[in-house]
Amino acid sequence: MSSELIVFLVLAAVAVLSGILMITRANPVNSALFLILNFIALAGMYLTLNAQFVAIIQILVYAGAIMVLVLFVIMLLNLQDEEPLRETLTKRHYASLLFALLTLAMLIEAIGWMGGDTLDRMQQQSPLAVANGTVQHIGDVLFSSYVFPFELTSILLLAAMLGAVVIAKKRFP
Amino acid sequence: MEFTDILISLIKIIVMFVVVLVTVAELVYTERKISAWIQNRIGPNRVGWKGLLQPYADVIKLLLKEDIVPTAANKFIHTLAPVISIGVAFSTLAVVPIAGETISMFGREVQMVIADVNIGILYILALTSMGVYGLTLSGWSSNNKYSLLGGLRSSAQMISYELSMGLSVIGVVMVTGSLQLTDVVTHQAGWMWNMVLQPVGFITFVVAAFAETNRTPFDLPEAEPELVGGYHTEYSSFKFALFFLAEYANMITASAVITTLYLGGWQVPYLELLQLPSGIVVALQILAFVVKVAFMLFVFQWVRWTVPRFRYDQLMDLGWKVMLPIALANVIATGIVILLIS
Repeated sequence: MSSELIVFLVLAAVAVLSGILMITRANPVNSALFLILNFIALAGMYLTLNAQFVAIIQILVYAGAIMVLVLFVIMLLNLQDEEPLRETLTKRHYASLLFALLTLAMLIEAIGWMGGDTLDRMQQQSPLAVANGTVQHIGDVLFSSYVFPFELTSILLLAAMLGAVVIAKKRFP
Repeated sequence: MEFTDILISLIKIIVMFVVVLVTVAELVYTERKISAWIQNRIGPNRVGWKGLLQPYADVIKLLLKEDIVPTAANKFIHTLAPVISIGVAFSTLAVVPIAGETISMFGREVQMVIADVNIGILYILALTSMGVYGLTLSGWSSNNKYSLLGGLRSSAQMISYELSMGLSVIGVVMVTGSLQLTDVVTHQAGWMWNMVLQPVGFITFVVAAFAETNRTPFDLPEAEPELVGGYHTEYSSFKFALFFLAEYANMITASAVITTLYLGGWQVPYLELLQLPSGIVVALQILAFVVKVAFMLFVFQWVRWTVPRFRYDQLMDLGWKVMLPIALANVIATGIVILLIS
Protein backbone atom coordinates (compact mmCIF):
# COMPACT_ATOMS: atom_id res chain seq x y z
CA MET A 1 0.00 0.00 0.00
CA SER A 2 1.44 3.33 -1.04
CA SER A 3 1.33 6.32 1.28
CA GLU A 4 -1.03 8.11 -1.15
CA LEU A 5 -3.54 5.28 -0.86
CA ILE A 6 -3.38 5.40 2.96
CA VAL A 7 -3.99 9.16 2.94
CA PHE A 8 -6.87 8.69 0.51
CA LEU A 9 -8.47 5.95 2.64
CA VAL A 10 -8.21 8.03 5.82
CA LEU A 11 -9.73 11.08 4.10
CA ALA A 12 -12.46 8.96 2.53
CA ALA A 13 -13.34 7.42 5.90
CA VAL A 14 -13.51 10.87 7.51
CA ALA A 15 -15.64 12.21 4.65
CA VAL A 16 -18.12 9.32 4.69
CA LEU A 17 -18.38 9.22 8.50
CA SER A 18 -18.84 12.98 8.82
CA GLY A 19 -21.41 12.88 6.01
CA ILE A 20 -23.43 10.21 7.81
CA LEU A 21 -23.11 11.99 11.15
CA MET A 22 -24.14 15.26 9.51
CA ILE A 23 -27.54 13.91 8.43
CA THR A 24 -28.20 11.90 11.60
CA ARG A 25 -27.43 14.53 14.27
CA ALA A 26 -30.49 16.08 15.89
CA ASN A 27 -28.71 19.30 16.86
CA PRO A 28 -28.35 21.64 13.82
CA VAL A 29 -25.06 23.12 15.07
CA ASN A 30 -23.51 19.65 15.31
CA SER A 31 -24.76 18.89 11.79
CA ALA A 32 -23.15 22.07 10.48
CA LEU A 33 -19.86 21.22 12.19
CA PHE A 34 -19.80 17.75 10.64
CA LEU A 35 -20.49 19.32 7.24
CA ILE A 36 -17.44 21.54 7.76
CA LEU A 37 -15.37 18.45 8.61
CA ASN A 38 -16.70 16.82 5.45
CA PHE A 39 -15.64 19.83 3.36
CA ILE A 40 -12.15 19.75 4.87
CA ALA A 41 -11.77 16.02 4.14
CA LEU A 42 -12.92 16.69 0.57
CA ALA A 43 -10.34 19.48 0.25
CA GLY A 44 -7.69 17.00 1.40
CA MET A 45 -8.78 14.60 -1.35
CA TYR A 46 -8.46 17.36 -3.96
CA LEU A 47 -4.93 17.92 -2.66
CA THR A 48 -4.03 14.25 -3.17
CA LEU A 49 -5.33 14.65 -6.75
CA ASN A 50 -2.95 17.64 -7.26
CA ALA A 51 -5.84 20.09 -7.54
CA GLN A 52 -4.41 22.62 -5.07
CA PHE A 53 -6.48 25.56 -6.26
CA VAL A 54 -9.77 23.68 -6.01
CA ALA A 55 -8.76 22.38 -2.58
CA ILE A 56 -8.00 25.81 -1.15
CA ILE A 57 -11.12 27.34 -2.72
CA GLN A 58 -13.17 24.53 -1.18
CA ILE A 59 -11.92 25.59 2.26
CA LEU A 60 -11.99 29.33 1.57
CA VAL A 61 -15.49 29.50 0.09
CA TYR A 62 -17.41 26.55 1.50
CA ALA A 63 -15.83 25.82 4.88
CA GLY A 64 -14.76 29.40 5.56
CA ALA A 65 -17.52 31.63 4.22
CA ILE A 66 -20.74 29.76 3.47
CA MET A 67 -20.70 27.58 6.59
CA VAL A 68 -20.01 30.62 8.78
CA LEU A 69 -23.22 32.16 7.42
CA VAL A 70 -25.11 28.90 7.98
CA LEU A 71 -23.87 28.76 11.59
CA PHE A 72 -24.70 32.45 11.99
CA VAL A 73 -28.31 31.82 10.95
CA ILE A 74 -28.63 28.73 13.15
CA MET A 75 -27.35 30.69 16.14
CA LEU A 76 -29.57 33.72 15.47
CA LEU A 77 -32.68 31.54 15.16
CA ASN A 78 -31.60 29.62 18.28
CA LEU A 79 -32.81 26.33 16.79
CA GLN A 80 -33.47 23.49 19.22
CA ASP A 81 -32.95 19.79 18.58
CA GLU A 82 -35.10 18.47 15.75
CA GLU A 83 -37.95 16.19 16.69
CA PRO A 84 -38.75 13.17 14.51
CA LEU A 85 -41.75 13.98 12.32
CA ARG A 86 -43.04 10.46 11.80
CA GLU A 87 -42.20 6.96 12.94
CA THR A 88 -43.54 4.78 10.11
CA LEU A 89 -41.95 4.18 6.72
CA THR A 90 -43.85 5.74 3.83
CA LYS A 91 -43.81 5.10 0.10
CA ARG A 92 -41.31 7.92 -0.26
CA HIS A 93 -38.85 6.13 2.00
CA TYR A 94 -39.07 2.96 -0.09
CA ALA A 95 -38.58 5.00 -3.26
CA SER A 96 -35.51 6.75 -1.79
CA LEU A 97 -34.09 3.36 -0.76
CA LEU A 98 -34.63 2.03 -4.29
CA PHE A 99 -32.86 4.99 -5.88
CA ALA A 100 -30.02 4.83 -3.37
CA LEU A 101 -29.45 1.17 -4.25
CA LEU A 102 -29.60 1.98 -7.98
CA THR A 103 -26.98 4.72 -7.53
CA LEU A 104 -24.80 2.30 -5.57
CA ALA A 105 -25.12 -0.29 -8.36
CA MET A 106 -24.12 2.32 -10.95
CA LEU A 107 -21.13 3.39 -8.88
CA ILE A 108 -20.00 -0.21 -8.47
CA GLU A 109 -20.38 -0.74 -12.21
CA ALA A 110 -18.35 2.39 -12.93
CA ILE A 111 -15.56 1.89 -10.40
CA GLY A 112 -15.43 -1.92 -10.26
CA TRP A 113 -16.07 -4.14 -7.28
CA MET A 114 -12.80 -3.57 -5.49
CA GLY A 115 -11.97 -0.18 -6.95
CA GLY A 116 -8.29 -1.09 -6.57
CA ASP A 117 -7.30 -1.03 -10.24
CA THR A 118 -8.99 2.37 -10.69
CA LEU A 119 -7.01 3.77 -7.76
CA ASP A 120 -3.79 2.44 -9.28
CA ARG A 121 -4.62 4.05 -12.59
CA MET A 122 -5.39 7.32 -10.83
CA GLN A 123 -1.93 7.30 -9.28
CA GLN A 124 -0.27 6.54 -12.60
CA GLN A 125 -1.97 9.49 -14.24
CA SER A 126 -1.33 11.91 -11.42
CA PRO A 127 2.16 13.12 -12.56
CA LEU A 128 0.60 14.37 -15.80
CA ALA A 129 -2.08 16.20 -13.86
CA VAL A 130 0.35 18.09 -11.61
CA ALA A 131 0.53 21.13 -13.91
CA ASN A 132 -3.23 21.15 -14.51
CA GLY A 133 -4.17 21.86 -10.91
CA THR A 134 -2.04 24.96 -10.43
CA VAL A 135 -3.48 28.46 -10.21
CA GLN A 136 -1.47 29.51 -13.31
CA HIS A 137 -3.07 26.83 -15.48
CA ILE A 138 -6.59 27.50 -14.20
CA GLY A 139 -6.11 31.23 -14.80
CA ASP A 140 -4.80 30.61 -18.33
CA VAL A 141 -7.75 28.39 -19.22
CA LEU A 142 -10.31 30.61 -17.50
CA PHE A 143 -9.26 33.72 -19.43
CA SER A 144 -8.75 32.04 -22.80
CA SER A 145 -10.89 29.02 -23.70
CA TYR A 146 -13.59 29.55 -21.07
CA VAL A 147 -13.74 33.34 -20.99
CA PHE A 148 -17.39 33.49 -22.13
CA PRO A 149 -18.83 31.11 -19.50
CA PHE A 150 -16.61 32.80 -16.91
CA GLU A 151 -17.91 36.28 -17.69
CA LEU A 152 -21.46 34.94 -17.92
CA THR A 153 -21.14 33.45 -14.43
CA SER A 154 -19.83 36.72 -13.03
CA ILE A 155 -22.77 38.65 -14.55
CA LEU A 156 -25.15 36.07 -13.08
CA LEU A 157 -23.55 36.44 -9.65
CA LEU A 158 -23.70 40.23 -9.90
CA ALA A 159 -27.40 40.05 -10.80
CA ALA A 160 -28.07 37.74 -7.87
CA MET A 161 -26.19 40.09 -5.55
CA LEU A 162 -28.15 43.13 -6.75
CA GLY A 163 -31.38 41.18 -6.43
CA ALA A 164 -30.56 40.28 -2.83
CA VAL A 165 -29.82 43.94 -2.02
CA VAL A 166 -33.06 45.10 -3.67
CA ILE A 167 -35.16 42.52 -1.80
CA ALA A 168 -33.50 43.37 1.50
CA LYS A 169 -33.96 47.12 0.89
CA LYS A 170 -37.72 46.84 0.39
CA ARG A 171 -38.29 46.41 4.12
CA PHE A 172 -36.05 49.33 5.11
CA PRO A 173 -36.79 52.16 2.65
CA MET B 1 9.22 11.67 1.45
CA GLU B 2 12.20 10.22 3.26
CA PHE B 3 12.73 9.99 6.98
CA THR B 4 15.27 12.83 6.92
CA ASP B 5 12.80 15.17 5.22
CA ILE B 6 10.16 14.41 7.84
CA LEU B 7 12.74 14.98 10.58
CA ILE B 8 13.77 18.35 9.11
CA SER B 9 10.12 19.44 8.85
CA LEU B 10 9.51 18.37 12.45
CA ILE B 11 12.54 20.33 13.69
CA LYS B 12 11.34 23.43 11.82
CA ILE B 13 7.83 23.09 13.24
CA ILE B 14 9.09 22.63 16.82
CA VAL B 15 11.49 25.59 16.58
CA MET B 16 8.72 27.83 15.18
CA PHE B 17 6.29 26.64 17.86
CA VAL B 18 8.66 27.29 20.77
CA VAL B 19 9.74 30.67 19.41
CA VAL B 20 6.12 31.80 18.99
CA LEU B 21 5.15 30.55 22.47
CA VAL B 22 8.00 32.46 24.13
CA THR B 23 7.23 35.54 22.03
CA VAL B 24 3.57 35.38 23.09
CA ALA B 25 4.59 35.32 26.75
CA GLU B 26 6.87 38.31 26.32
CA LEU B 27 4.22 40.12 24.24
CA VAL B 28 1.93 40.06 27.24
CA TYR B 29 4.76 41.69 29.17
CA THR B 30 5.50 44.32 26.50
CA GLU B 31 1.76 45.06 26.19
CA ARG B 32 1.59 45.88 29.89
CA LYS B 33 4.84 47.84 29.77
CA ILE B 34 3.76 49.86 26.70
CA SER B 35 0.35 50.58 28.24
CA ALA B 36 2.11 51.70 31.40
CA TRP B 37 4.46 53.90 29.38
CA ILE B 38 1.57 55.48 27.47
CA GLN B 39 -0.46 56.01 30.66
CA ASN B 40 2.53 57.32 32.62
CA ARG B 41 2.72 54.34 35.02
CA ILE B 42 5.55 51.92 35.82
CA GLY B 43 3.98 48.59 34.86
CA PRO B 44 5.01 45.11 36.07
CA ASN B 45 8.46 45.22 37.71
CA ARG B 46 8.38 42.64 40.54
CA VAL B 47 8.75 39.10 39.08
CA GLY B 48 12.23 38.56 37.67
CA TRP B 49 14.56 41.22 36.28
CA LYS B 50 12.44 44.32 35.44
CA GLY B 51 9.35 42.10 35.68
CA LEU B 52 10.32 39.98 32.68
CA LEU B 53 8.98 36.78 34.28
CA GLN B 54 5.57 38.33 35.02
CA PRO B 55 3.74 36.50 32.13
CA TYR B 56 4.98 33.11 33.38
CA ALA B 57 3.65 33.86 36.85
CA ASP B 58 0.32 34.85 35.24
CA VAL B 59 0.16 31.64 33.22
CA ILE B 60 0.90 29.46 36.26
CA LYS B 61 -1.80 31.32 38.18
CA LEU B 62 -4.28 30.72 35.34
CA LEU B 63 -3.47 27.02 35.08
CA LEU B 64 -3.98 26.49 38.81
CA LYS B 65 -7.52 27.92 38.68
CA GLU B 66 -10.58 25.72 38.56
CA ASP B 67 -11.87 24.95 35.07
CA ILE B 68 -15.57 25.85 35.15
CA VAL B 69 -17.89 24.71 32.35
CA PRO B 70 -21.44 26.09 32.57
CA THR B 71 -24.09 23.41 33.16
CA ALA B 72 -26.14 24.40 30.11
CA ALA B 73 -23.12 24.61 27.83
CA ASN B 74 -22.48 22.27 24.94
CA LYS B 75 -19.43 20.64 26.53
CA PHE B 76 -17.75 19.25 23.43
CA ILE B 77 -17.96 22.45 21.40
CA HIS B 78 -17.09 24.49 24.49
CA THR B 79 -13.77 22.59 24.61
CA LEU B 80 -13.29 22.52 20.83
CA ALA B 81 -13.56 26.29 20.29
CA PRO B 82 -10.28 27.39 21.97
CA VAL B 83 -8.46 24.55 20.22
CA ILE B 84 -9.66 25.83 16.82
CA SER B 85 -8.56 29.37 17.71
CA ILE B 86 -5.05 28.39 18.74
CA GLY B 87 -4.61 25.83 15.94
CA VAL B 88 -5.47 28.34 13.22
CA ALA B 89 -3.23 31.00 14.76
CA PHE B 90 -0.20 28.71 14.75
CA SER B 91 -0.66 26.90 11.44
CA THR B 92 -0.77 30.12 9.39
CA LEU B 93 2.93 30.64 10.17
CA ALA B 94 3.78 27.45 8.25
CA VAL B 95 3.99 29.29 4.91
CA VAL B 96 5.85 32.41 6.07
CA PRO B 97 9.51 32.43 4.89
CA ILE B 98 11.92 33.84 7.48
CA ALA B 99 15.12 33.89 5.35
CA GLY B 100 16.01 33.61 1.70
CA GLU B 101 19.29 31.69 1.84
CA THR B 102 19.27 27.97 2.58
CA ILE B 103 21.22 26.36 5.41
CA SER B 104 22.77 22.89 5.50
CA MET B 105 21.24 20.33 7.83
CA PHE B 106 21.86 16.54 7.66
CA GLY B 107 23.62 17.03 4.32
CA ARG B 108 20.69 18.84 2.70
CA GLU B 109 19.98 22.40 1.70
CA VAL B 110 17.09 23.40 3.94
CA GLN B 111 14.79 26.30 3.07
CA MET B 112 13.93 28.67 5.90
CA VAL B 113 10.19 28.09 5.57
CA ILE B 114 8.15 25.16 6.89
CA ALA B 115 6.03 24.61 3.76
CA ASP B 116 6.81 26.51 0.55
CA VAL B 117 3.45 25.89 -1.13
CA ASN B 118 2.61 27.69 -4.38
CA ILE B 119 -0.78 28.82 -3.07
CA GLY B 120 0.66 30.44 0.06
CA ILE B 121 -1.44 33.61 -0.04
CA LEU B 122 -4.66 31.63 -0.57
CA TYR B 123 -3.64 29.35 2.32
CA ILE B 124 -3.32 32.35 4.62
CA LEU B 125 -6.74 33.69 3.56
CA ALA B 126 -8.33 30.25 3.96
CA LEU B 127 -6.98 29.81 7.48
CA THR B 128 -8.05 33.34 8.42
CA SER B 129 -11.56 32.46 7.33
CA MET B 130 -11.43 29.31 9.48
CA GLY B 131 -10.34 31.34 12.51
CA VAL B 132 -13.81 32.82 12.90
CA TYR B 133 -15.15 29.43 14.04
CA GLY B 134 -13.19 29.54 17.30
CA LEU B 135 -14.87 32.78 18.37
CA THR B 136 -18.34 32.03 16.99
CA LEU B 137 -18.52 28.54 18.48
CA SER B 138 -17.20 29.64 21.86
CA GLY B 139 -19.85 32.34 21.99
CA TRP B 140 -22.64 29.96 21.05
CA SER B 141 -21.63 26.94 23.14
CA SER B 142 -21.35 28.94 26.38
CA ASN B 143 -25.14 29.37 26.35
CA ASN B 144 -24.84 32.94 27.59
CA LYS B 145 -26.47 35.82 25.76
CA TYR B 146 -23.47 38.13 26.11
CA SER B 147 -21.12 35.45 24.81
CA LEU B 148 -23.49 34.76 21.92
CA LEU B 149 -23.56 38.46 21.03
CA GLY B 150 -19.75 38.48 21.08
CA GLY B 151 -19.65 35.40 18.85
CA LEU B 152 -22.14 36.88 16.37
CA ARG B 153 -20.24 40.16 16.28
CA SER B 154 -17.03 38.29 15.57
CA SER B 155 -18.47 36.34 12.64
CA ALA B 156 -20.06 39.45 11.09
CA GLN B 157 -16.89 41.48 11.61
CA MET B 158 -14.48 38.88 10.28
CA ILE B 159 -16.55 38.12 7.16
CA SER B 160 -16.81 41.86 6.39
CA TYR B 161 -13.10 42.54 6.76
CA GLU B 162 -11.99 39.32 5.04
CA LEU B 163 -13.29 40.85 1.80
CA SER B 164 -11.18 43.99 1.97
CA MET B 165 -8.23 41.90 3.17
CA GLY B 166 -8.50 39.61 0.13
CA LEU B 167 -8.93 42.54 -2.24
CA SER B 168 -5.88 44.33 -0.79
CA VAL B 169 -3.79 41.20 -1.32
CA ILE B 170 -4.86 41.05 -4.98
CA GLY B 171 -2.77 44.18 -5.55
CA VAL B 172 0.32 42.36 -4.20
CA VAL B 173 -0.47 39.31 -6.33
CA MET B 174 -0.79 41.50 -9.44
CA VAL B 175 2.55 43.20 -8.78
CA THR B 176 4.34 39.93 -8.00
CA GLY B 177 2.60 37.59 -10.42
CA SER B 178 2.70 34.71 -7.96
CA LEU B 179 0.80 33.36 -4.98
CA GLN B 180 3.96 31.81 -3.51
CA LEU B 181 5.24 33.74 -0.50
CA THR B 182 8.92 33.09 -1.27
CA ASP B 183 8.34 34.68 -4.71
CA VAL B 184 6.55 37.61 -3.11
CA VAL B 185 9.55 38.28 -0.87
CA THR B 186 12.15 37.73 -3.62
CA HIS B 187 10.27 40.25 -5.75
CA GLN B 188 10.69 42.94 -3.09
CA ALA B 189 14.49 43.07 -3.42
CA GLY B 190 16.26 46.29 -2.44
CA TRP B 191 13.79 49.05 -1.61
CA MET B 192 11.06 47.76 -3.94
CA TRP B 193 8.92 46.80 -0.96
CA ASN B 194 5.24 46.36 -1.63
CA MET B 195 4.60 49.05 0.96
CA VAL B 196 6.14 51.49 -1.54
CA LEU B 197 4.52 49.94 -4.62
CA GLN B 198 1.12 49.41 -2.97
CA PRO B 199 0.68 52.17 -0.36
CA VAL B 200 -3.14 52.10 -0.44
CA GLY B 201 -3.26 48.30 -0.34
CA PHE B 202 -0.83 48.36 2.59
CA ILE B 203 -3.09 50.64 4.62
CA THR B 204 -6.29 48.69 3.88
CA PHE B 205 -4.51 45.39 4.61
CA VAL B 206 -3.19 46.60 7.97
CA VAL B 207 -6.62 47.94 8.98
CA ALA B 208 -8.24 44.64 7.93
CA ALA B 209 -5.56 42.74 9.87
CA PHE B 210 -6.46 44.72 13.00
CA ALA B 211 -10.09 43.71 12.50
CA GLU B 212 -9.23 40.06 11.81
CA THR B 213 -7.14 39.78 14.96
CA ASN B 214 -9.87 41.50 17.02
CA ARG B 215 -7.49 44.12 18.32
CA THR B 216 -8.56 47.59 19.41
CA PRO B 217 -10.11 49.65 17.75
CA PHE B 218 -11.98 46.60 16.39
CA ASP B 219 -12.17 44.44 19.54
CA LEU B 220 -15.98 44.30 19.57
CA PRO B 221 -16.23 40.53 20.16
CA GLU B 222 -14.72 41.08 23.61
CA ALA B 223 -16.07 44.47 24.62
CA GLU B 224 -15.86 44.45 28.42
CA PRO B 225 -18.29 47.30 29.21
CA GLU B 226 -21.09 46.15 26.90
CA LEU B 227 -20.73 42.35 26.92
CA VAL B 228 -19.21 41.64 30.36
CA GLY B 229 -16.21 40.23 28.50
CA GLY B 230 -17.55 38.85 25.25
CA TYR B 231 -17.19 35.45 23.61
CA HIS B 232 -14.90 34.15 26.38
CA THR B 233 -17.02 35.24 29.38
CA GLU B 234 -17.76 31.65 30.37
CA TYR B 235 -14.19 30.41 30.01
CA SER B 236 -11.77 29.94 32.84
CA SER B 237 -8.42 28.36 33.62
CA PHE B 238 -6.59 26.64 30.77
CA LYS B 239 -9.24 27.25 28.12
CA PHE B 240 -9.20 30.98 28.85
CA ALA B 241 -5.40 30.84 28.69
CA LEU B 242 -5.73 29.27 25.23
CA PHE B 243 -7.91 32.16 24.00
CA PHE B 244 -5.43 34.61 25.49
CA LEU B 245 -2.59 32.78 23.76
CA ALA B 246 -4.53 32.69 20.48
CA GLU B 247 -5.07 36.45 20.52
CA TYR B 248 -1.36 37.16 20.85
CA ALA B 249 -0.37 34.35 18.46
CA ASN B 250 -2.79 35.89 15.93
CA MET B 251 -1.03 39.20 16.41
CA ILE B 252 2.33 37.58 15.66
CA THR B 253 0.88 35.81 12.62
CA ALA B 254 -0.66 39.05 11.32
CA SER B 255 2.61 40.93 11.84
CA ALA B 256 4.57 38.17 10.07
CA VAL B 257 2.13 38.20 7.14
CA ILE B 258 2.20 42.01 6.87
CA THR B 259 6.01 41.89 6.97
CA THR B 260 6.13 39.22 4.28
CA LEU B 261 3.58 40.80 1.96
CA TYR B 262 4.39 44.49 2.33
CA LEU B 263 7.58 45.16 4.33
CA GLY B 264 9.94 43.05 2.23
CA GLY B 265 10.02 39.99 4.51
CA TRP B 266 13.63 39.00 5.15
CA GLN B 267 15.02 41.48 2.58
CA VAL B 268 17.89 43.65 3.78
CA PRO B 269 18.52 46.40 1.17
CA TYR B 270 21.98 46.35 -0.46
CA LEU B 271 23.11 43.32 1.56
CA GLU B 272 24.25 41.50 -1.61
CA LEU B 273 26.81 44.27 -2.31
CA LEU B 274 28.81 43.32 0.80
CA GLN B 275 29.61 39.76 -0.44
CA LEU B 276 29.21 38.21 3.01
CA PRO B 277 29.46 34.44 3.64
CA SER B 278 26.07 32.70 3.50
CA GLY B 279 25.95 31.90 7.23
CA ILE B 280 26.09 35.58 8.17
CA VAL B 281 23.60 36.42 5.40
CA VAL B 282 21.07 33.95 6.84
CA ALA B 283 21.54 35.39 10.31
CA LEU B 284 21.10 38.95 9.04
CA GLN B 285 17.99 38.02 7.06
CA ILE B 286 16.40 36.34 10.08
CA LEU B 287 17.33 39.39 12.16
CA ALA B 288 15.74 41.72 9.60
CA PHE B 289 12.56 39.62 9.61
CA VAL B 290 12.42 39.61 13.41
CA VAL B 291 13.00 43.38 13.64
CA LYS B 292 10.24 44.09 11.11
CA VAL B 293 7.80 41.76 12.90
CA ALA B 294 8.71 43.33 16.25
CA PHE B 295 8.02 46.77 14.80
CA MET B 296 4.57 45.66 13.56
CA LEU B 297 3.84 44.13 16.98
CA PHE B 298 4.73 47.45 18.59
CA VAL B 299 2.35 49.22 16.20
CA PHE B 300 -0.42 46.80 17.19
CA GLN B 301 0.10 47.58 20.88
CA TRP B 302 0.62 51.29 20.32
CA VAL B 303 -2.71 51.55 18.49
CA ARG B 304 -4.48 49.58 21.21
CA TRP B 305 -3.56 52.09 23.89
CA THR B 306 -4.16 55.14 21.68
CA VAL B 307 -7.39 54.64 19.70
CA PRO B 308 -10.76 54.00 21.39
CA ARG B 309 -13.10 51.21 20.30
CA PHE B 310 -15.48 51.71 17.35
CA ARG B 311 -19.23 51.49 17.76
CA TYR B 312 -20.73 48.47 15.99
CA ASP B 313 -22.48 50.44 13.20
CA GLN B 314 -19.33 52.51 12.65
CA LEU B 315 -17.37 49.28 12.28
CA MET B 316 -19.74 47.93 9.64
CA ASP B 317 -19.87 51.30 7.81
CA LEU B 318 -16.08 51.45 7.72
CA GLY B 319 -15.80 47.87 6.47
CA TRP B 320 -18.38 48.00 3.71
CA LYS B 321 -18.59 51.66 2.68
CA VAL B 322 -14.96 52.78 3.02
CA MET B 323 -12.54 49.85 3.05
CA LEU B 324 -14.20 47.78 0.32
CA PRO B 325 -14.47 50.62 -2.28
CA ILE B 326 -10.88 51.75 -1.56
CA ALA B 327 -9.55 48.20 -1.92
CA LEU B 328 -11.52 47.70 -5.16
CA ALA B 329 -10.26 51.03 -6.57
CA ASN B 330 -6.73 49.98 -5.63
CA VAL B 331 -7.10 46.77 -7.66
CA ILE B 332 -8.32 48.72 -10.71
CA ALA B 333 -5.60 51.40 -10.36
CA THR B 334 -2.90 48.72 -10.01
CA GLY B 335 -4.21 47.02 -13.15
CA ILE B 336 -4.12 50.27 -15.16
CA VAL B 337 -0.59 51.12 -13.99
CA ILE B 338 0.71 47.63 -14.81
CA LEU B 339 -0.92 47.86 -18.26
CA LEU B 340 0.67 51.25 -18.93
CA ILE B 341 4.15 50.19 -17.79
CA SER B 342 4.38 46.87 -19.63
